[in-house]
Amino acid sequence: MILYSLLMLLGLSSAGVDEVNLAQLQSRIYRGADTTYVVNFWATWCRPCIEELPAFEALARKRSKEPVVVLLVSLDAPIDRETKVEPFIRKKGYDHCQVVILNEPKPHLWIDRVDQSWSGSIPATLFVKGQRRLFGEFQFNEELLDSTFTAFHKEEK
Amino acid sequence: MNRVFQWCVTVLIVVTTLSAIARANGNEGGVNVGDSAPVFSLMNVDGKKVALSDFSSAKGAIIVFTCNHCPYSVKYEDRIIALHQQFASQGYPVIAINPNDPVTVPEDAYDQMIVRAKEKKFPFPYLVDETQEIAKAYGAKRTPHVYVVANTKDGSKVAYIGSIDDNAADASAAESFFVSDAVTALLAGKLPTTPLTKAIGCTIKWKKK
Repeated sequence: MILYSLLMLLGLSSAGVDEVNLAQLQSRIYRGADTTYVVNFWATWCRPCIEELPAFEALARKRSKEPVVVLLVSLDAPIDRETKVEPFIRKKGYDHCQVVILNEPKPHLWIDRVDQSWSGSIPATLFVKGQRRLFGEFQFNEELLDSTFTAFHKEEK
Repeated sequence: MNRVFQWCVTVLIVVTTLSAIARANGNEGGVNVGDSAPVFSLMNVDGKKVALSDFSSAKGAIIVFTCNHCPYSVKYEDRIIALHQQFASQGYPVIAINPNDPVTVPEDAYDQMIVRAKEKKFPFPYLVDETQEIAKAYGAKRTPHVYVVANTKDGSKVAYIGSIDDNAADASAAESFFVSDAVTALLAGKLPTTPLTKAIGCTIKWKKK
């Protein structure tokens, strides 16, 4: 039992962050029509991103029993994964979000593939459910994220 | 009734959010390639004003919206200096402009710009866009965000908008040099083949109303 708790603790504190390319990211968020994906683009060096992340963790926590995935996509350099991204996530305890680091060079070639309207600034957030999507460069607080999510989540075609 | 009211409030909030998102995305008030370059006269780190019209005898200018604190701007500092060293003598000097709100980011305040310009020995003007009106006029969204303008018989025209190259993290790994290529094309009397690029960067810190 003690061993089990210890393993759990170790497991929870590992904060493993997978490295994905854009194709892998897209296959992850466009595969399930029943799940609503909230994909937030952020980086440890981006202050407004850091400010809004607690709202995303709160959303993920509140919706943890529903088919909702909050995915935090770090745009930190892949070399900073172990030194910056993983320690940050561990310290903040964002246990309800999934976290990946995007390893995709040449932003001018892939920014448009996320959304044509994206200027490249972060924070930026993409909501996806089946074929429906909503993208915006916007800094959320908990209330605004909640209302935007609720409206997107409920809306029928 | 209560439900209807709640629904109305939700719709209102979402519509407000979405229109804010749409505003953030649209190049509202911003320029496109081929448009006239908005004029400006802004305070330099040496306490003197610098205007776009001061460069009317040059062939053009490389206008870089940048700042002190943004890691992307910092990563590009040496490359911005190199662009000036390569192209100023050929008629395309760099003009750096910091549009960030110093209340949000104290590191980007005017006195800190003076410190940074000295530390890095910026060979180009480093101007403060205190009202943020110039960044808005250009439609700058992030730092660094570059506008190459060319002086023509019809005035200064925007010839390139975007990033400096295709690798912010590692200059030595960059393979496409957008600004350098754009200026080289203009110097040869041609239009840039890639007049618009996107890049990841720090959002410009707008003043909170």
